Amino acid sequence: MNVQFRPEPSTSATIKTAIADCDIHPARATKDELYPFMAKRWHSHLETYGIQAYHGMMEGPPYPKAQPNASRRDAWPPEGGPQGSSLSFMQKQLLDPYNVALGVLNPLASGQGLRNQDFAGALCVAINDWQIEKWTSKEKRLKASMVVPTEDGVAAAAEIRKRAGDPNFVQVLLLSRNVEPLGQRRYWPIYEAAQEIGLPVGIHAFGFGGNPLTPSGWPSFYIEEMVGHAQCQQTVLASLVLEGVFERFPKLKMVMIEAGFGWAPSLAWRLDKSFEKLHSEVPHLKRNPSEYIRDHIWWTTQPMEDPERRDHLFQTIDWIGWDKLLFATDYPHWDFDEPSRVLPPGVSDANREAFYLGNAKKLYGIS
Amino acid sequence: MTSPLPGGVDCDLHPAVPHLTSLLPYMNDYWRDQVTTRGMTDLVSQSYPTNSPISARPDWRPTQGKPGSQLADMQTQALDRFGVTYGICNPLYGVQMVFSEDMQDAFCRALNDWLAREWLDKDGRLRGSIVIPTQSVEKSVAEIERCAKDKRFVQVLMLVMGDMPLGKRAYWPIYAAAERLGLTVGVHAGSAYHNPPTSVGWGSYHIEDYVAQATAFQNQLTSLIVEGVFARHPNLKMVMLESGFTWLPAYLWRLHKFWRGIRMETPWVDRAPLEIVRSNIRFSLQPVDAPPDPATLNRLFDHMQSDELLLFSTDYPHWQFDGDEVLPEGISPDLVRKIMIDNPLKTYGRLEFAKETTP
Repeated sequence: MNVQFRPEPSTSATIKTAIADCDIHPARATKDELYPFMAKRWHSHLETYGIQAYHGMMEGPPYPKAQPNASRRDAWPPEGGPQGSSLSFMQKQLLDPYNVALGVLNPLASGQGLRNQDFAGALCVAINDWQIEKWTSKEKRLKASMVVPTEDGVAAAAEIRKRAGDPNFVQVLLLSRNVEPLGQRRYWPIYEAAQEIGLPVGIHAFGFGGNPLTPSGWPSFYIEEMVGHAQCQQTVLASLVLEGVFERFPKLKMVMIEAGFGWAPSLAWRLDKSFEKLHSEVPHLKRNPSEYIRDHIWWTTQPMEDPERRDHLFQTIDWIGWDKLLFATDYPHWDFDEPSRVLPPGVSDANREAFYLGNAKKLYGIS
Repeated sequence: MTSPLPGGVDCDLHPAVPHLTSLLPYMNDYWRDQVTTRGMTDLVSQSYPTNSPISARPDWRPTQGKPGSQLADMQTQALDRFGVTYGICNPLYGVQMVFSEDMQDAFCRALNDWLAREWLDKDGRLRGSIVIPTQSVEKSVAEIERCAKDKRFVQVLMLVMGDMPLGKRAYWPIYAAAERLGLTVGVHAGSAYHNPPTSVGWGSYHIEDYVAQATAFQNQLTSLIVEGVFARHPNLKMVMLESGFTWLPAYLWRLHKFWRGIRMETPWVDRAPLEIVRSNIRFSLQPVDAPPDPATLNRLFDHMQSDELLLFSTDYPHWQFDGDEVLPEGISPDLVRKIMIDNPLKTYGRLEFAKETTP
C-alpha cells in the first residue's frame, strides 16, 4: 500500500544559533497509543464506528497527499511507526542538528473536526494528556498546544480552564476549517477562556468543517487544497476581525500557522478599503481592520512564499513587521523549510534573531 | 492626481436592469407567463445590495431607480468623463442565482438581448459581455454562439463564485467556444450563492462577502491553471473583473512553490503558473486594494513583474474612487498608456474587429 521507499535519514549540518520551531507535528506510533488516556467506552466506539469527520472518508484524507502521511521520505523512525511518532528520532533528526531551543507541538489528528462532539472532547483531552506523557515531560525543549473540541465552545472552554497555569502548554490550537468561520459567536467561549488563562490561540491550516473548499464547490486536486489553505485562512482572519473578536477580547493573541503570510498586507488593505465604505454595517469595530491584525496576529513562516526575487519577500515582511514572524519547519511534513536556507544574507542581526527565536520566546512566554 | 488618457477602454461598466419586468419583452410567451403568473420579483443579488455604499458612488446614485440603470448617466459620469473609445458592459443582474437551468437560460438570453437593444444600439462606444447559464454547459455554448454573431459582444461573462471551480473539465466546451470565436472569458466578482460565499462557511456580513471575493479569485486561478485549461486553450484570454490585484504577487509565490513541489499530480500543466498568468490572465484596475501612497503601489507593481496585466476600469457605478481619481497616484505615463489603451486592445481582439466591420 504505502510507499516502501525509506532512504537513510538525513540530517543537516549542525547550526550554531538556537532557533524556535513553532510548528512540529507529533504522531501516535500505534493506533491504541491514546487508549490509556481515554475511558473504555471510547476504545470500543473508535473500533466500532471509527473516526467520523465532516467528510466521507473513513480512512485517509479526501485529497490524497503527495507522499505517505504528507511526510518527508526520510522521516520514518528506525524503530517503526509513522513519521513524527518517535521522540528519540525527532531529537536526532530535528531538535539536535538544528539547535531547536523551543519546539511547539501542534497535533493535527486530534478530536477536532469530528461530528460526534462527546467523542471529539474525549479525544482532545486524551491528546493533551498524551502530549505531556509522551513528549513534553521527557523533552524540556518541547511545549504542547492544547487541542479542544472546537464546535462545542463550552466543553472547549472547560478544557482550557482546567489546564490554566500548566507549563507544558503554550497555546490553544484550532484548525482553520470548521463548521462556521471562526469569528462566529459559537467559538467565543474558546477565546474568552484563552484570554483568561493568558495563552495565545494558534490557528493551523487544515481541517474539514463540511463546507466545500472553495466558494464554487470542491476542487479536484491536492495542490488546490494546499494552495487554498491561504484562502481559507484569509477568510478566517477576516471573520475574526469583522465579528469584533479583538474588540471583545482585547488581550487575545492569535497565531496563523502554516498558511503563509505573504497575503497579509493585501488582505489588510482590502479590509481597510472596504471598511471605509461599509463601516456602518459593523459599528462594533472601533479601529481600522488592519490595526487589529497588526496588534493581535503573529505568523509562522513555513511554507515561506517563494518569489523569484528574494527582496520582494523582505519588502512584504517589512509591511507585516519583523516582530510578528515565528520560524517553523513543519517537521516531519514534506514541505519542510530548512532553517539554514530561509533567510539569506542581508537581514539585520536583530531581525534575524527575532525571526528565528526572539519573537517566539516572547509570545509563548519562554525565558 | 494621475490624469486619464483620452482614447482608453473602460473594461468594467455595469448597466443595471431596472426590474425583472424590463426583460419581459425579450422573453417568449412561456417565460413571460411564468414570470407574471408566479409573481416573480426582481433578481437582486446579495453581492450588490442596491443601497449598499459599494453598489454606487454617492454622486453617481440617481434620485430614482437603480444606479447604472440610465444610459445618459453612464455617458456623462463615465464614458464622456474619462474620454473612452470603448466601454465594456458587464451586467450583474442576478440570473446566476436561479436554480432551474431552463429558467436561467431564458433569463440569460433575455438579458443579452436587452443589453444589445437598450445599450449597445444606443451608444457606439459600448461593447457587451455574454451572460451564460453556467448550470448547463450545452446551453451556455449555444448562447455564446448565438450572441457572438453580433461583433459587439467581446467577452463571455461568468461569476467568480458559482457551482463548480472554473477549471473543471465540464466547463471546457465554454472555453473552446470562446477561443474559437475570439471572445475573452471575463470572471466577475459575485456569487450565485449555490455554495457558501466563503470556503469556511457563511459569514455574517455583506462586507465579509465583499472582502472574500478576492480569495474566490485566488481559488479560481488555481483551478484554471492546474486543471490545464491553458494547456488545452493556449490562446484563451481570461480577465478577472473587480477582483483586486494587489494579492496577485504573494498568491503566485505560494502557488509556484507548491507547483514545484507536487507538479507530478498535474503533469499536463506545461508552463510555470507565473508564465501562464503573464500570457493568459488579465485583471481590471479597480478596486486598487492598497494604501494611497505611490511608494507602496509602485513596489507592488514591481512585485507583479509585468506591466501587461492590468486593464483600465472604472467599475461604474460601484464606489471604488472619488472624483476623477480613477488611476492611482504616482504611476508612470507609460504604464497609464498600457493600462488604458494597449493592454485592453491586446486582450479584447474583437474590439478592433468590431470597429472594422461596423459602419
